[in-house]
Amino acid sequence: MIEIPIGYYITLSAILFTMGVLGVLFRRNAIIIFMSIELMLNAANLALVAFSRQHAAIEGQAFVFFVMTVAAAEVAVGLALIVAIFRTKHSVNIDEINQLKG
Amino acid sequence: MSGEIIVFIILGTIAVASAAGMLLSRNAVYSAVFLILNFAILAIFYLLLGAPFIAMVQVTVYAGAIMVLFMFVVMLLGAERLTGPTGTSIGYMIVAGVLLVGLIGTSVYAISRALTLTAGQTGLAELLGSVEAAQEFGSPASVGTALFSQYVLPFEVVALLLLVAMIGAVVLTQDKKKAIDINAMQRERREAQAKAILEKQLQTYQATHSTNGDGDKADAPADAPRPAEASE
Repeated sequence: MIEIPIGYYITLSAILFTMGVLGVLFRRNAIIIFMSIELMLNAANLALVAFSRQHAAIEGQAFVFFVMTVAAAEVAVGLALIVAIFRTKHSVNIDEINQLKG
Repeated sequence: MSGEIIVFIILGTIAVASAAGMLLSRNAVYSAVFLILNFAILAIFYLLLGAPFIAMVQVTVYAGAIMVLFMFVVMLLGAERLTGPTGTSIGYMIVAGVLLVGLIGTSVYAISRALTLTAGQTGLAELLGSVEAAQEFGSPASVGTALFSQYVLPFEVVALLLLVAMIGAVVLTQDKKKAIDINAMQRERREAQAKAILEKQLQTYQATHSTNGDGDKADAPADAPRPAEASE
């Protein structure tokens, strides 16, 4: 078993999460924003698996499984929303989707 | 610096670089490909961390199903180059900048704290007490045992969530215009039929009255029955 300190994994997780937040804040394409959310979920998963390994506790991996399931459900509904919005607005730029009326 | 840490740094650099490529590329298809690379690197990290089942699920669910869904939507919308000009308001940019500074500060603090944890991890065999238990750790059997014994209620709730998400996706992508279009088509056909009847009547009227009058007189009465017929 390779013995890499857990601090390295937490560092990588923090960097990836920060990049995900950057994408949500500064990109205007709704699909890219969704990808950034996936990146953040994966960063959280990495931290969970690292802690699971550190404490030899399988519960962390079970929780990662749940996170992946929720992410899959979120992507299905979110992309359906994007498709529905694109049908009416002909755009996925979130600056143009600023009103509730269709 | 041992060989394992060098491998970690190389893989971590690829992961961060692919995340940066995802953020910076103008084309959404390239972003999706960079994200798939990032997910694959994370699957390798899961393998290094003694989680082979999670690594396989990562490859099949994330790099497979979810990214195929992303690609499908990008291709369907033709949205790969639809970034457009960024006409963002100044107030929004200020809020985003403040959030960004706070986040980076927190991250730097967390990283500085995390990098002090430089002690190598204890071996799994020592933590779990036996070599057999260490080999079993993270296998599909051990994760499945945890899911179906301790976490059986969350497991069922998640199954329900997936069902709701599926129904939601179907309802959201349903084309409601199709029903309206059929109505419009029927209305157009009725109007076309009514117009054809009117034209025929107009022609017969002109034919019967063309013998005792010129064109101007024939036109004026020909227009008259039209609104009366249409109102019926």
